[in-house]
Amino acid sequence: MALVDSDLTRDLVRARIQGRQSDAAGAAFKGILVACLVTVLAALVALLISVAPAGLDVFSTRGLSDFLLRPFSVRPDKAGVYQGTVGTVTSAVLVAVIAFPMGVAAAVYLEEYASDNWFTRLVNLVIRNLAGVPAIVYGLLGFALFVNGPFSSLTGGTTLLSTGLTLAILVLPIVVITSAEAIRAVPASLREGGYGVGATRWEVTRTLVLPNAMGGMLTGTILALARALGEAAPLFFMGAKTSIFSGGDWFDLRGDFTALPMIISDWSTRPATKWNGNTQAAILVTLVLVLGINTVGIVLRNHFDKKR
Amino acid sequence: MSGGASTTTAEPGPVPPVYRTEDLAVFYGSFKAVRDVNLEIRQNEITAFIGPSGCGKSTVLRCFNRMNDLIESARVEGRLTYHGVDLYDRAVNPVEVRRRIGMVFQKPNPFPKSIYENIAYGPRLAGLARKGPEMDEIVENSLRAAALWDEVKDRLKASAFGLSGGQQQRLCIARALAVGPEVLLMDEPCSALDPIATGRIEDLMQQIKQDYTIIIVTHNMQQAARVSDHCAFFTTEVSEESDTRTGVLVEFDATQQMFSNPSDERTENYVTGRFG
Ligand SMILES: Nc1ncnc2c1ncn2[C@@H]1O[C@H](COP(=O)(O)OP(=O)(O)O)[C@@H](O)[C@H]1O
Ligand SMILES: [Mg+2]
Repeated sequence: MALVDSDLTRDLVRARIQGRQSDAAGAAFKGILVACLVTVLAALVALLISVAPAGLDVFSTRGLSDFLLRPFSVRPDKAGVYQGTVGTVTSAVLVAVIAFPMGVAAAVYLEEYASDNWFTRLVNLVIRNLAGVPAIVYGLLGFALFVNGPFSSLTGGTTLLSTGLTLAILVLPIVVITSAEAIRAVPASLREGGYGVGATRWEVTRTLVLPNAMGGMLTGTILALARALGEAAPLFFMGAKTSIFSGGDWFDLRGDFTALPMIISDWSTRPATKWNGNTQAAILVTLVLVLGINTVGIVLRNHFDKKR
Repeated sequence: MSGGASTTTAEPGPVPPVYRTEDLAVFYGSFKAVRDVNLEIRQNEITAFIGPSGCGKSTVLRCFNRMNDLIESARVEGRLTYHGVDLYDRAVNPVEVRRRIGMVFQKPNPFPKSIYENIAYGPRLAGLARKGPEMDEIVENSLRAAALWDEVKDRLKASAFGLSGGQQQRLCIARALAVGPEVLLMDEPCSALDPIATGRIEDLMQQIKQDYTIIIVTHNMQQAARVSDHCAFFTTEVSEESDTRTGVLVEFDATQQMFSNPSDERTENYVTGRFG
């Protein structure tokens, strides 16, 4: 019996598993995804094409280091972005140092300690909304708090310290949200393992939860940071200067300062024939810096993910 | 033998139970998950909790080392004493409790660390040893106790995730033993394992029984019959007025008795496979 049937069975099975039905919906969906990706990439390429030639021209005629190392000047062929780079890098460090620990602490509290009641749910909602508030509003808040307000004697008014604090507040909601998500992604079974051998809540958090969430927390923070550093709006309120009084001393937190987006916005309003190349070159420098910061983020994440 | 003559004359009176529950009930919020749990756990015995899914076996087990504290909505009523001490007394520190009462979970859950560090984790936090030969000794003894030493002694620094499921579960047992507990709670420790790995865990339980008191939750009646000395059968009852299912302890007895001559009809139906 079985011998006789086996051919029939084989044919039936073959017909079933070899059928090649076309999957129109699947193909269409894939097409849409690819189209979206291409659009995003096209925007990036367009940006680079519009910026790169004039910018690269400045680098090649003056030399990259000349442009990077020279301070402001009223003469376009002498003007550089040194002070802006110093200001942007310094504020990046400031923001990271302020926002990361605070954001992680808030996320740990919300996820590991706070009980789930109307208050914590409200706090979560508020944080999510704060993440969507435009940067210029944070600029105003920073102005009211740090430049002119109660903390101005501490910050010195229009200084990098005010800028760092303001940008830290700007990125804080995103740091809290991404950190909370990274903490939530740590499996409950891992926590149980820790509690099961008599670890306290703090020990479980410190030795199991945080190391396993570190990659996600760092990635979130650094993406937010890179985004914040490109914002010009808050800098207007922080009194970033575009003149020879633009500081430029490393980690001079309480002196005059400027930052790259401020320079770009200033130069772009000057006569285009003379300043266009400089503006584009400054944009390139900003892009590379942001890219560099993101790369650091990816490297850190890989490092922490590998350790798991 | 240090006490001389007096030790030989002491009458071996009845050993007091390790645990005693009196009308223990557990709620999740307003939902009564399990009620009427009255039983005693004896020293150096293996007690099995059996019963259909959802009847509250894990819930009760997680009371025995205050693991339920981690679930915000969980609430305990009735009395649960450990060597006569009310485990849910305000003065009791759940962290101390969990050091004395180890737990092994349904799915092996090693830490994302090396084999060595998995074992060293608990003792280090408890301050039993920091590192060096002292810690090495704890790690070796724990792995030996869990019958895993020979398989892993050459790769202690390797990630615990490289072990097979059965090895991971024995690692989790070793991890629990490393802090020197008196009781071992095991929540369906073999449900994710193949029969050979299951057999090894069961052998292991018999080996360590002289040193530990073990409570095992299992949905496998053969396993309960094979390994346990006492057995608690739970089932669920549907409440008339609220239409919710609540777990109840139906019968608690010596395993032999329970499987050969159960006193409750529901137990008989369950152990003979007519239900559940
Ligand atoms: N964390 C929890 N929150 C709410 N209900 C729960 C929770 N854990 C278990 N339960 C409920 O309690 C009952 C008993 O569950 P459990 O103790 O896990 O049963 P068992 O281990 O016997 O399968 C089930 O109805 C289950 O849905
Ligand atoms: Mg269970």
